[in-house]
Amino acid sequence: MLLIQCPYCQEDRPEIEFQGAGEAHIARPANIADISDAEFSEYFFIRDNTKGIVFERWRHTHGCGRFFNAVRNSISDKFIMTYKAGEPKPELTEEQIKAAAPISKKPAADKPEPSPSKAEKAK
Amino acid sequence: MRKFSGFALARETMRAHKGWDRQWDNPEPRAKYEVIIIGAGGHGLATAYYLAKVHGITDVAVLEKGWLGGGNTGRNTTIIRSNYLYDESAGIYDHAIKLWETLSQELNYNVMFSQRGVMMLAHNVHDAQVAQRHIHANRLNGVDNEWLDRDAAKAYCPPLNISSSLRYPVMGAALQRRGGVARHDAVAWGYARAASAMGVHIIQNCEVTGINQDSNGQVTGVETTRGSIGASKVGIVAAGHTSVLMEMAGVRMPLESFPLQALVSEPVKPCFPCVVMSNTVHAYISQSDKGELVIGAGTDQYTSYSQTGGMHIISHTLEAICEMFPMFSRMKMLRSWGGIVDVTPDRSPIIAKTPVKGLYVNCGWGTGGFKATPGSGHVFAHTIAKDEPHKINAGYTLERFTTGRLIDEAAAAAVAH
Amino acid sequence: MSISSASAGANRIKNRGRLNRARTISFTWDGKSLNAYDGDTLASALLANGIHLTGRSFKYHRPRGILSAGPEEPNAIVDIARDTARRQPNVRATVQEVFDGMQANSQNRFPALIFDVGAVNDFFGPFIPAGFYYKTFMWPASFWKHVYEPFIRRAAGLGTAPTEADPDTYANRYAHCDVLVAGGGPAGIAAALAAARKGKSVILCDENADFGGHLRADIHAQIDGQPAMDWVASAVAELRSLDNATVLNRTTAFGYYTANMVALAERVTDHIADPDPELPRERLWQVRAGTVLIATGAIERHLVFHGNDRPAVMLASAAQMFANHFGVSIGKRVGVYTACDSAWQAAFDLHEAGSPIALIVDTRSEVPSQLLAKANDLGIAVKPGHKVTATSGRLRISSMTVEAENGHGKEKTPIDALIVSGGWTPSVHLFSQSRGRLKFDADNGRFLPDEVAENCICIGGCNGAMTLADALDDAANATGSKPANCEETGSMVGYQIGTSNGKTDSAFDKSFIDFQNDVTAKDIRLAVREGMLSIEHVKRYTTTGMATDQGKMSNMHGLAIAATELGREIPDIGLTTFRAPYTPVTFGTIINHAKGKLFDVTRTTPIHSWAQEHGAVFEDVGNWKRTWYFPKPGEDMQAAVNRECAATRNAAGIFDASTLGKIEVVGPDAVKFMELMYTNPWQKLAVGRCRYGIMLREDGFIYDDGVVGRLAEDRFHVTTTTGGAPRVLNHMEDYLQTEFPDWKVWLTSTSEQWAVIAVQGPKAREIIEPFVEDIDLDDMPHMSIREGRFCGVRTRLMRVSFTGELGFEINVPANYGRSVWEKIWERGEPLGLTPYGTEAMHVLRAEKGFIIVGQDTDGTVTPDDANLSWAIGKKKTDFVGIRGLKRIDLVAEGRRQLVGLKTLDPREVLEEGAQIVEDPHQPIPMKMIGFVTSSYWSENCGRSIALALIENGRAQMGEKLHVPMANGAIAVEVCETVFIDPDGSKLNG
Repeated sequence: MLLIQCPYCQEDRPEIEFQGAGEAHIARPANIADISDAEFSEYFFIRDNTKGIVFERWRHTHGCGRFFNAVRNSISDKFIMTYKAGEPKPELTEEQIKAAAPISKKPAADKPEPSPSKAEKAK
Repeated sequence: MRKFSGFALARETMRAHKGWDRQWDNPEPRAKYEVIIIGAGGHGLATAYYLAKVHGITDVAVLEKGWLGGGNTGRNTTIIRSNYLYDESAGIYDHAIKLWETLSQELNYNVMFSQRGVMMLAHNVHDAQVAQRHIHANRLNGVDNEWLDRDAAKAYCPPLNISSSLRYPVMGAALQRRGGVARHDAVAWGYARAASAMGVHIIQNCEVTGINQDSNGQVTGVETTRGSIGASKVGIVAAGHTSVLMEMAGVRMPLESFPLQALVSEPVKPCFPCVVMSNTVHAYISQSDKGELVIGAGTDQYTSYSQTGGMHIISHTLEAICEMFPMFSRMKMLRSWGGIVDVTPDRSPIIAKTPVKGLYVNCGWGTGGFKATPGSGHVFAHTIAKDEPHKINAGYTLERFTTGRLIDEAAAAAVAH
Repeated sequence: MSISSASAGANRIKNRGRLNRARTISFTWDGKSLNAYDGDTLASALLANGIHLTGRSFKYHRPRGILSAGPEEPNAIVDIARDTARRQPNVRATVQEVFDGMQANSQNRFPALIFDVGAVNDFFGPFIPAGFYYKTFMWPASFWKHVYEPFIRRAAGLGTAPTEADPDTYANRYAHCDVLVAGGGPAGIAAALAAARKGKSVILCDENADFGGHLRADIHAQIDGQPAMDWVASAVAELRSLDNATVLNRTTAFGYYTANMVALAERVTDHIADPDPELPRERLWQVRAGTVLIATGAIERHLVFHGNDRPAVMLASAAQMFANHFGVSIGKRVGVYTACDSAWQAAFDLHEAGSPIALIVDTRSEVPSQLLAKANDLGIAVKPGHKVTATSGRLRISSMTVEAENGHGKEKTPIDALIVSGGWTPSVHLFSQSRGRLKFDADNGRFLPDEVAENCICIGGCNGAMTLADALDDAANATGSKPANCEETGSMVGYQIGTSNGKTDSAFDKSFIDFQNDVTAKDIRLAVREGMLSIEHVKRYTTTGMATDQGKMSNMHGLAIAATELGREIPDIGLTTFRAPYTPVTFGTIINHAKGKLFDVTRTTPIHSWAQEHGAVFEDVGNWKRTWYFPKPGEDMQAAVNRECAATRNAAGIFDASTLGKIEVVGPDAVKFMELMYTNPWQKLAVGRCRYGIMLREDGFIYDDGVVGRLAEDRFHVTTTTGGAPRVLNHMEDYLQTEFPDWKVWLTSTSEQWAVIAVQGPKAREIIEPFVEDIDLDDMPHMSIREGRFCGVRTRLMRVSFTGELGFEINVPANYGRSVWEKIWERGEPLGLTPYGTEAMHVLRAEKGFIIVGQDTDGTVTPDDANLSWAIGKKKTDFVGIRGLKRIDLVAEGRRQLVGLKTLDPREVLEEGAQIVEDPHQPIPMKMIGFVTSSYWSENCGRSIALALIENGRAQMGEKLHVPMANGAIAVEVCETVFIDPDGSKLNG
């Protein structure tokens, strides 16, 4: 079960509170009534389905109810970041991308362990 | 190819089984082939087999980035049925069942196709309506499928809980007696062996990294981790990785890849005589020849290539299993695993030519591709060999997502009201 | 449990072991009564009673004994029962603790463990090597189903599945901690203690009843100046005393999931004779940890040689555990066959505990001198650089044949037990499940953790520690603390993977790799010869590593043999994937509370109890229980529905419509938003009026429908289908939040705030009139909505009709739903008011040709297909679905359109879902041109009626078509969809 940070609630919450909502940054054409069949197909059916860094939408259905975007590595399922709906597609740094890679070097012993959020503890 | 038989087995016993050949060769890739198939799963190997067998095209390489049969072919719950609603679906899945029925003999490899019957449960009025619609359509399409009332369902599958105090009591079921299961690995191995015997090259540990085209856009071959390999026809049969490969040829696909999980229990003596599926409570179960309960779970809700999924998906499925079969609460999960399934917007496959000349694609089987393996390979081979679809796969185009002529089995079944 | 001095087995060693011998426990084994001590496992208890033979193998039914003392056990797999319902097949005897009254039985044998007819397979073994079934059983084809497959199936399987519903309960806990330590051996305990002392929240779990890991088998080691097990006891006691530590024994970390979630299975009562009924049998823990310290230790391997599977062949560490922890002797003349130092110490312990060692055979010619010296001191014969090439003894080993590396000096030694060690395999399962990468340690023939995928650190045996000091160092390094001091005697140096006595493909060779699945070394070689070049192929072809022990002991041997046969290095042919669970977990644990009432939510309306009291039958619609019909005594469903339908048309009916989805759409841009979400025009809908709305998906197909009332310029009361409510709101929110976030609209689900009572029929107005306040009923035309009071409570009163009759839907606050219903009922009953359910509702609406989304549409139907083009605002330039609707296939000729159908025989009721053809005599496959979506007996029409989707249906009015059924075709005539009151006079009356 994924652990997802809701950018509105600012909390890490378990995946079952959320609903996946598909690829992000596919805007509904403003002139949708006038686009071609091919353009409509591109908008409604065609998907990147990237193996690697994906930009996707989630809704915090059993929480604040807000839609938001996330960047995740679809090979490791690790999130790089989440951000609010309407914010531009973020530029990712090398470190961010590396941190979500499937494999990393052995962690240094006794590095400070990140504590799970209060929110999750409260569950 | 050394013929398999009880007699051959007995003779080999006398010489400590020293005389068995390699079931398939492990050749070095040639510089060029007539046809390259990308993906040595069941569908890809079947395609190569029928290219050689039916169309006489033996200059074929099947390229596999891992080991043959190691993807969804070796990870699915092996359910085989053809009681689909639409003519296009009944066409291809029943074509497949007919091939399944003689596949062991055809391949000289026991794929253990076991026609133990597939029973799809109805838990409410809507389910029953949907089941009846399927049954009637199937009958007129020549596909067997019959309605069982609650007691008849129990008689067919004695462990089934038909108590009316269940949260979702069983109202009845649609039964396809010709449906069943098969031994998944044997399907891949049987096709590999038979194709290899006709000269097809199966090249494992050979990942495709690029698709080469000439200035007219015509396919000329592929780049791989084992060098360039030429071919004027390339068929992509790569399930979850189809989008990645098609992207190499500049074609974007109406596909999303999701994790799909399955599990088996510890083996027990025969206790479950058929296949039972329930769309309403989300569970699929049968018992393998080895005695394990084989249970299929649902997909996770996000796209992923990780081949893992959340435990809550497994829990959800087992809840449904224990609801329908409460004696299985004390059975133990032995092994669970995940695959990557490629899903189209209408949940039906694409078996078609592509906008790129010489490039063909067979994908989008979602959670249910195993059952179609022989039929899929058969019509895809035809599509590649003749450069036009077989009449059975004529509707499974890429263009349907532009025209709107979808083959939407899910929509026809899943809308609650 | 009884206090008695009765013997708990003749093979107890005096003054050895940690069990409390004050109390004995009585249990049965294959029906025979035996005694044990508190703390015994079934394995130790059986051994104490001189029983080695515990099972039969899967394929050849060979007699098998207890091989290990832990969860890796492949042989001693038994059935454990308290009573007929509480019976568990396939339990490892080495894990199951004995309790008073326990019934243990052997499995996979007939008629008895000592005489099993299935053992004939052993004789036929040469005929049935790996994969034999792929090569035969194909002719004649018809024999597969009725002869071959039933035969194979009967032979397969181990235990017998339970046949009764599980009466036990299971529990679930979510937990969060800074550090989860999986494994309570020395490394795990030391790390948990260090982390907890630093104030971290810690969970420590171990699969065994007692902490200590392999220290339990050790009687020499010292930690911090005290006997190691005393150190364990005080460390665990300290952890238990800390608020920030949770200590879980009998708890297996079985699955490592994404984002550091680890699943644990805790066995709560399976060791208790008379458990508190309040306690769950098992408990699932889903732990989200900051860091996972994997301290899962290492598992000793057996050695692969001819006859290595006889009962009383045992891992050296297991024999040591039985002697030192359980105080049980495994034999009186014990052979030792090893490639590893640790078995020597085991031999010394056994020897000193009264199990004389006949001979130590070591595959290595170089053995540490102190071991040789100690053997010499104890007078034990040793043969370094030798190998065991055969054994004898049918139900228990009786001898081993030993020869030198060069084949010379062959000699047979009588023994009654043989302890073996091929070295140790680090338990990297959890680490590998976390998708961490392994590297091969060629010097020691093992895989070790390398790069990590999750935030975890491997410590101790699973990280390759070969001594206690190494393990404690690992723990200290991982926690930034100082390692405990220790003294020890053992080491895990030395290994053998693959066959230890060379390559033989003799038909009679029985060098087992995977005991439970009966996979031999020659099976692996056969698979490789047949072209199985990847270890995954070898595994699947031979089934090695796929038994209930999941290859914990066998995997490395299989890998080594395949590598040798291929002439390649082990890392080149890969390692099979480790998959959850680490050890098998009951379905009950995984699902825990989610059964019976807690399987899924049940939603009921405020009026549900009234319906129950009045004999209603309910149907499931999504999570809802909806009233289906109200049978009177003696009535069947049809009779009840007929009565309900007639009464509604002739007098009035009352219907609980509370399940309808309701969404409040409010704000300055509300009307703009409605224009977007629905096909209809909304600008001109007057306040106080209602309109039937159609919602599409972007692809142009009908998604939902419902009546919408305008309460104010900026406020709409939107209703949806019962099942559609959540997805409609989600769909609306999606557009509002992500496409048009600047629009000033607020959406609120009010489905559960309003109870909805529909009163329909000619007397509807008369019945409700006295209750209505602040609303002028005469000023309420069809399709209007008013706010006011009803029965003294706030109401939204809608004049709408899904029956074609004069009708009202009375929305009142849900808490008042039942009392308002009762008031209406009280007044209406004498006037002929009749409660009706969903079935009558379906019939009544079908008589009027009103569709039900999801029944008359199926996700591929456009508004035009459903005769609803009128509901599309012709001047609108945008709404969801506007573009999808224009696609080629959606405007093509020949689409299926909704029409009415009348059977030529008015008494014949069509089956819903039945298919329609033009020519019923055509051959199969027939050309189907449509299907029946709804079909009923209409008491009001005095005949059957149906709705259908038919190609070009509207152009076929009056045409005769056919519905082929299994027993002949039914002739039908295409007609309009409205069967009653086509001009709507009743509706507007």
